[in-house]
Amino acid sequence: MTRALNLLGLVWLALVLVFLYAPILVMAAMSLNDSQFYALPFEFSTQWYEKLAENREILAAAWRSIWIACVVTAIATLLGTMAALALNRSAFPGKRLLQALLFPPIAIPWLITGTAMLVFFFGIGLGRGTPAVILGHVALALPYVIVTVTARLASFDPALAEAARSLGARPLTVATRITLPHIAPGVIAGALFAFAVSFDQFVVSYFLSEPGDTTLPVLIYTAIRKGFTPEINAISTLIILVSMAVMLLAARKSNFGGNR
Amino acid sequence: MAEVRVEALTKTYGAAKALDDVTLAFPDGGFFGLLGPSGSGKTTLLRAIAGFVTPDRGRVLIGGQPVENVAVEDREIGMVFQSYALFPNMTVAENVAFGLEVRRVPQPDRARRVAEALDLVQLGALAARKPHQLSGGQRQRVAMARAIVTRPRVLLLDEPLSALDKALRVEMQVELKRIQREVGITTIFVTHDQEEALVLSDHIGILKDGRLIRHGPPRQVYNDPQDAFTARFLGEANLLSGTPEGQGLRLADGTLIPGLTRPILALRPEHLTLSATTPETPLRLRARLRQKIFAGAMGTCLLDWQGQTIKATGRDADFAALDEGQEVWIGWAPDRMIALAGD
Repeated sequence: MTRALNLLGLVWLALVLVFLYAPILVMAAMSLNDSQFYALPFEFSTQWYEKLAENREILAAAWRSIWIACVVTAIATLLGTMAALALNRSAFPGKRLLQALLFPPIAIPWLITGTAMLVFFFGIGLGRGTPAVILGHVALALPYVIVTVTARLASFDPALAEAARSLGARPLTVATRITLPHIAPGVIAGALFAFAVSFDQFVVSYFLSEPGDTTLPVLIYTAIRKGFTPEINAISTLIILVSMAVMLLAARKSNFGGNR
Repeated sequence: MAEVRVEALTKTYGAAKALDDVTLAFPDGGFFGLLGPSGSGKTTLLRAIAGFVTPDRGRVLIGGQPVENVAVEDREIGMVFQSYALFPNMTVAENVAFGLEVRRVPQPDRARRVAEALDLVQLGALAARKPHQLSGGQRQRVAMARAIVTRPRVLLLDEPLSALDKALRVEMQVELKRIQREVGITTIFVTHDQEEALVLSDHIGILKDGRLIRHGPPRQVYNDPQDAFTARFLGEANLLSGTPEGQGLRLADGTLIPGLTRPILALRPEHLTLSATTPETPLRLRARLRQKIFAGAMGTCLLDWQGQTIKATGRDADFAALDEGQEVWIGWAPDRMIALAGD
């Protein structure tokens, strides 16, 4: 009976993995297929990657996506870590309200967030453009950093900070020598999440970036509308590899609550 | 080293009074035990001296100087926490060196003092280990070394032995006492274990509901507890209440105890003698032996008297002639009587 159940479980797991990865694998395979029209039999070719390397538009968008993600990661990690540290400290007026307000952005549909941001940024005169994209991405990434750092702080024994102070350490020394080394894995995981949120972001970027000065996901979307080329398969495959590497690192670092 | 004083210290958390007008002097170089049940305010008092708790009223003086405007890091204290709070990412030597490092003690001097402190706690061989590679007793020693290496004016210990098992606790009590004598730092420690307080301290203070009930040398407080709470909390005591009359105290069974004028008579279990024959003294009670408990060399007898359980302890051989269920006489020497005020 249990053996049968185990077998059923394995089959189920296999189906889930196929469901998750089959489209991606097909796309990756087609990026290496010679035919432009997905013709079979499969003929190996790296021509789409070569064409990609010559496509200035795609490379520029990729570069823009990367540096925007880096800026977003730096800002969101710094602000998020500081917010998590503040929320972890003893009670202050409005703490519960603030905690409650920090997490809904994760649940609000990006389409709504993007529309609201666009309206708001035009309202305050900022309009579209890279600063708006960065601000939007930071807002989306911040809750992820706060969550991962807060989870790590939960396992921090406050007596460690008190012990350091009793030994003569100033608050800044306590933060850098005692608190930060403990929460570092959470901070790194939060930074990787922030990078991924920004680098993979489409909806908010689409609303907030100026035409002709877009990030990679937005460029891919517009390219598909104009007409599909296997170059898109190639760049998408590369994005997936980078994103999965980042996410695996984040999962390893944050360890999802467990201890190593 | 310094004398520590607290004056009229009061701290309230919501409706609960953690400290209620506590005034107490901790002698220079002494080993002072703060004892009380949980919620009695003893830890709050220790943390107020350290500076982690800001009192609502009253003040703390270290070496005669008020410290209300001195931050924790400037109070020159050493503290050992219940969880030891060793820095997990540092080695034993780095842990001990931390206080010297933040004080910018130069390197050769620092290394020498770390080595001295580790030798004092007999851990010199484990300097390169990380805390998670140490046993509970070893962590306790590292915490001690780290707290004393900066030569603090006062050493504060928060339930320093409660995380250890019984045998190790007794061993570490002897160690703590030795280390404290060698360094001679004014030491204040908090415990809920009355035996530990009696063994370690040369002065104890007993707290209850934020108030200081009693303080003094352990033997004096034990022999003359004055009130029922102290008598029961410090050691064990059978409390017999009665009515004071002209000639003495009239107990519930009609026995008159001559010379007593206070309403409660406390008798330590180890001071009671049991016999089948009538003792030649008015200091006696007739009771039924309910149960004999054998515990090796020592034994305990539980007796029923006027609906109350009386406990007597002694050598097992002393109880050999008595049988469970038998009516026996309880006797005691006149100088063993402790007269207490009512609650």
